Amino acid sequence: MSDSASLRTPSQRIAWTVTIVVSTLVFIFLIAPILAIMPLSFSSGSYLTYPLPGLSLRWYDDFINSPRWMNSLKNSMIIGVASTVLSMILGTLAALGLAQWKSRFKPLVLAFVLSPVVVPGVITAVGLYFFFAPIGLTGSYLGLILAHTALATPFVVITVGATLQSFDTNLARAAASLGASPLQAFRRVILPLILPGLASGALFAFATSFDEVVIVLFMAGPEQRTLPREMFSGIRENISPTITAAAVILTTVSVILLATLEGLRRRNERLKGSSG
Amino acid sequence: MTDALLTGANASTEVPLKRRLRRAERTRQVKALALVLPLLVFLLFTFAGPIAGMLWRAVDDREVRQALPQTVAALASWDGKDLPNEAAYAALASDIQVARASGTIAIAAKRLNYALNGFRTILTSTARNLKAVPEPGTAKETLGKINPAWRERTTWTTIRDAGGPVTGFYLLAALDLTRNVDGAIIAAPPDQAIYRDVFGRTFLISLGVTALCLILGFPVAYLLATLPPGRSNLLMIFVLLPFWTSLLVRTCAWIVLLQSKGVVNDSLHWLGIIDEPLRLIYNRFGVCVAMTHVLLPFMILPLYSSMKAISPAYMRAAASLGAPPLTAFLRIYLPQTLPGIGAGSLLVFILALGYYITPALVGGAADQMISYFIALYTTETANWGLASALGAVLLLATILLALVYGKLVQGQQVTGGMKN
Repeated sequence: MSDSASLRTPSQRIAWTVTIVVSTLVFIFLIAPILAIMPLSFSSGSYLTYPLPGLSLRWYDDFINSPRWMNSLKNSMIIGVASTVLSMILGTLAALGLAQWKSRFKPLVLAFVLSPVVVPGVITAVGLYFFFAPIGLTGSYLGLILAHTALATPFVVITVGATLQSFDTNLARAAASLGASPLQAFRRVILPLILPGLASGALFAFATSFDEVVIVLFMAGPEQRTLPREMFSGIRENISPTITAAAVILTTVSVILLATLEGLRRRNERLKGSSG
Repeated sequence: MTDALLTGANASTEVPLKRRLRRAERTRQVKALALVLPLLVFLLFTFAGPIAGMLWRAVDDREVRQALPQTVAALASWDGKDLPNEAAYAALASDIQVARASGTIAIAAKRLNYALNGFRTILTSTARNLKAVPEPGTAKETLGKINPAWRERTTWTTIRDAGGPVTGFYLLAALDLTRNVDGAIIAAPPDQAIYRDVFGRTFLISLGVTALCLILGFPVAYLLATLPPGRSNLLMIFVLLPFWTSLLVRTCAWIVLLQSKGVVNDSLHWLGIIDEPLRLIYNRFGVCVAMTHVLLPFMILPLYSSMKAISPAYMRAAASLGAPPLTAFLRIYLPQTLPGIGAGSLLVFILALGYYITPALVGGAADQMISYFIALYTTETANWGLASALGAVLLLATILLALVYGKLVQGQQVTGGMKN
C-alpha cells in the first residue's frame, strides 16, 4: 500500500476517496450496459425489459434457425478472415520495409499508411461506393474484403512495427554471419521472435473487419450483409430479443480476442523480463 | 564522384570499399522501399483513389454540358445582362429534342433543379410540349409561349452557371452560400441553408462528448496510473472490454437501457423519483451518453500513458519544498498531463466529428451529424455533388486536426526521449 502511505493530509485522503468513487461510477457506466443486455438474451418473453418473465434459449434457437442471421455470421467470418490474411501480408511487408527505410519522406509515407484509421468511415465509404460501383465491386465479397483490408492494415503496420522496433537487428546479422540465407534467417530467427506481434496485428485486423459497419452499409448487397449490418437493420426496424442473442455472440468473440491479446502481451512481458 | 576521386588520390584502397558500402546501402534502401510498395499501391486503389474521386465529384459539373451541349456553347458568349439571343433559344430547342430522345434530359433537369427549385418542371414541360424544331427565327417566341420561365434571365443564368465542366456550386452549397444572377456570392435561401447548422451541431456534440470524456476519463486514468500494476491491470479490463465490444452491441445496449420501459426509467420509477418515464433516447441526451460511452476508452488510454510517465518523485519533491497538495497537483502534476489531455481530447474530437452509426440509431431528426447527411445524399437522394462537397469539408477539418494531433504526439515523444 505505497499509495496510502503517501497520503498524509486529510485533504489528500478526501481527494483520493473522490477519485475512487468517481472512477467506480465511471467503471459502472462503462461496463453496465454490456452486462445489462446479456441476461435479456436468455429471456423467455419477447420484450426487452426486466424483470425477465422466465429463462429460455428460444432467442438463440431463433438465431441459429434464421438463415438471415446465420448467413450474416458466415459473411462476417469470410470477410474478416480474408481481410485479415490480406492485411497481414501487406502490413507485415510494409512494416519490415519501413523499419529499414531511411528517408525524409518516411513520416509522410507513414502518415499516408495510417490515414485510413483517422478518416471518417462515411468518407471512405462514399469514396469507395463511387469508385467501386462502375467496376462491379459493390455488392461483392471482393469489394468488401478490399475495403476492410484498407481499414485493417494500419493496425497491422503499427503492431508489427512496434514489435520490430524492439527487435534486436544484431540477431539477424548474427544469423547472416553464421551463413543463413535471408529467407532462412527470417524463418528461423526473425519470425519466431516477432510472432506474438504478428498475432496481435492479426487480432486487431480481424476485430476491425468484424466490427465494421459503415462500409458494409454502403457497399454490401443483401447477400453480403455481415453480423453488425444485420444488427443495424434489426435495431432500426424492430428490436427483437434475437438481437440481444447476436450481441452476446459478438461480445463473446470480442472477449476471446481481448483475452488472447492480453495473453500475448503477458507472454511478451515475461520474455522481456527474463532476458533483461 | 569528385569526392571519391579526391580521396582516391591518397587512399586508393578505401574507395572501392566506400563505394561498395554505399552501393550496398542503396540496394538495402531500394529493397526496403520495395517491401512498402505493395501496400502503397493497394491503398492508392482502395483508399486514396476513391477519396480523390469523391473530392473530384464535389467540383465535377458535366451533366448539363453533356445533355445540352449546344446551349452551353451558345451561352458561353452571352454577357448575362439581357436575355440571350435567338441562337441560344434555337440551340436549346434542338438540345431538348435530342436529350429527350436519349433520356439525358432527366439528368440535366435534376442538376438544374438543385440550383433553381422548379427547374425540373420547366424543362420537362418544355420537352413535352415542344413538338418539333421551331421554324428559324421563332425559337425565342415558341419557347416563351410554352413556358414563360424562358423569358426570365435567371432561368438562363442557371443553365450557364451549371454549364461546367467544374463548379463551386456544391462547395458553396455545403457552406450555405450560392451565387446570385450576377455571379456574386450570397447567402443561400433559408430553406436550403441548413448545413452551417448541421456543422455547428456536429461541432457542438463532438465538443460536448470530448468534455464529458475528459471529465470522466481523468480520474479513471489517474487511478489506473497510481494504483500498483497488479490492481490497475485488473481494472484496465473495465476500460478494454467496452473498447473491444462491437459498436453495434454498445449502441443496442444503450437503447435497451434508456428506452421508455428500459432499465433506467424502471429503476427511477421504482425508486419513486419519477412518475412518468423520462425521454432519454432518440434525442441529444441519448446521443451524448452513447457516444461518450463509445469514445471514453480513447481518452483514458492516452491520459493513462502520459500519467504513467510522470515520476512520483516530482510530487514528493514539491511536497518536501512545502507545496500544499492542491498546489503541487495544479502546478506540478497537471502541467505534465497536458500533452496527454491534448492527445486524448483531439483523438476523441476527431473520431466524434465523423460519427454516423450511433447518432443514426439513438438520435432524433434534430441530432443527426454531418455524416448522416453525406450518407443520405449518397444513397437516398443521389445528390452526389453535395454529398461529396459536405464530405470534402469534413475531410478538411479531420486532416487539419489530425496534423495538430501528429505534431502533439511527436512532440511528446521528443520530450519523453529527453526526460529518459
